[in-house]
Amino acid sequence: MRLIPTALAVAALATGAAFANPVKPAEIQFDDYGAIATSLTGVAGDAANGRDVMITRSKGNCVACHAVTALADIPFHGEVGPTLDGAADRWGEADLRGLVANAKMTFEGTIMPAFYKGSGYIRPGDGYTGDAAVGELPPILTAQEIEDVVAYLLTLKE
Amino acid sequence: MTIHVATRATTGIALAAGLAFAATADETANLIVNEEIEMVTHTAAPAHVENLDEIVSGWVFRSAETQSLQMDDFDNPGMIFVDQGMDQWNEVAGTAGNSCATCHEDVAVTMAGVRSVYPKWNEEAGEVRTLAMQINDCRENQMGAEPYKYTGGEMANMEALISVQSRGMPVDVAIDGPVQATWEAGKELYYTRTGQLELSCANCHEDNYGNMIRADHLSQGQINGFPVYRLKNAKLNTAHARFKGCVRDTRAETYKPGSDEFVALELYVASRGNGLSVEAPSVRN
Ligand code: HEC
Ligand code: HEC
Ligand code: HEC
Repeated sequence: MRLIPTALAVAALATGAAFANPVKPAEIQFDDYGAIATSLTGVAGDAANGRDVMITRSKGNCVACHAVTALADIPFHGEVGPTLDGAADRWGEADLRGLVANAKMTFEGTIMPAFYKGSGYIRPGDGYTGDAAVGELPPILTAQEIEDVVAYLLTLKE
Repeated sequence: MTIHVATRATTGIALAAGLAFAATADETANLIVNEEIEMVTHTAAPAHVENLDEIVSGWVFRSAETQSLQMDDFDNPGMIFVDQGMDQWNEVAGTAGNSCATCHEDVAVTMAGVRSVYPKWNEEAGEVRTLAMQINDCRENQMGAEPYKYTGGEMANMEALISVQSRGMPVDVAIDGPVQATWEAGKELYYTRTGQLELSCANCHEDNYGNMIRADHLSQGQINGFPVYRLKNAKLNTAHARFKGCVRDTRAETYKPGSDEFVALELYVASRGNGLSVEAPSVRN
């Protein structure tokens, strides 16, 4: 359940190849408040896929920490972070992109993981195996998955 | 061992955690085993646990059904393994023709109060020893027998047998003198944010105990109940196996059971429970 099926990974790569140069984690420009003004891929986010990313354990697993009323059909929402209901009323698209890519740029020291960050980890592992990561570690989410999640968050209005 | 300075999240979450905790945990639930042994499941945090006012046993955070399994030895599935540990205690093994009983005789007499002070300093060896290390030291050097696998079933059985002789006694591990450097190293590990998720033990078990993380009700990650019978895998689990699982879940490369790092972490985590009762074998989900 925790492993990303190869087919999915391959599909992600294949779709990635169709984009013009997704912005790499190291190249991202955060503003002073941790927001990212421009799309990481130039391709509009797919909110339906963003929803999948948010509920899938090996991907965003956002519901592990956040309750979301619109995802009430998914069992077990956590309470480590605030509810995401109304997130789009509180934040703009650029803020949300920054929050999902690396929330530590907005909330210093936050427990929320950085989903689009390539290096700087302590004892990085190979997914959930407990073994050491081999070679360069890809970010937890792809650039397009970040855009997809942002598109979904933008639907969360109260 | 490389030690990295941890950034700690000191946000509104800690406050929120406290509120949620008051709402979800039954502060009044008492753990009395066999209508006889009264356990301390809540008590003032020792001075060396700077960020907590109160320390709380993991038992408190479990469902009423899981809690009740630990209240009577006839219901506690962990007790079977204590019986198996007793068979191992009396079994002659190794080249010297000894059993544990040859030297230590009645476990109820010689091992009372042992678990509550482990891990502890061993003067002759000049090292901090966990109970598991001491058991294997006796197997190898007093019996000429093969050591048990560090997190294996036989080790868990023996730990349970020895620990149950201290049931109800307060955890009281030393943190100063010769163990201090190890304790400091364990503390550093506790606050280090590991893995691709960049989470430390403290992020979950100090900042967020009482909160739900997906389907799990977070406890303080105390080890006064170890070894623990888990309904999830229907066996006794050692502390280092649990540490390994928690580190793995941060998408990190784990440390090895029995490694210097996990020994240090065990000492530190045990000391965070000073004052709680030894509960082993406890029952968790
Ligand atoms: C390990 C827990 C954790 C996970 C997993 C997590 N978050 Fe968060 N998130 C937090 C916390 C805690 C905060 C509050 C920020 C702070 O003060 O530290 C937060 C804040 C946020 C905010 C801003 C809060 C607001 O006003 O709406 C958004 C948006 C957000 N997270 C989205 C996400 C998304 C999307 C995911 C999944 C891709 C995710 N989070 C995964 C813990 C988490
Ligand atoms: C040949 C004798 C001998 C045998 C056999 C033996 N031990 Fe020991 N054991 C000792 C000695 C000697 C000590 C150290 C006593 C001391 O310094 O307090 C010790 C100490 C211990 C301690 C630490 C007690 C404390 O107060 O810290 C434990 C636990 C222990 N043994 C468990 C076992 C177990 C379990 C077995 C069987 C697998 C076993 N021993 C077999 C001689 C033996
Ligand atoms: C992502 C959150 C998370 C992190 C980080 C984490 N744990 Fe846990 N841990 C859990 C969950 C969930 C459980 C099961 C519910 C509970 O008892 O909290 C658990 C259980 C435990 C238990 C069992 C408690 C009992 O009463 O049986 C111990 C001990 C423990 N953790 C220690 C640690 C240590 C030490 C670390 C750091 C190396 C750590 N954990 C890091 C989530 C975490």
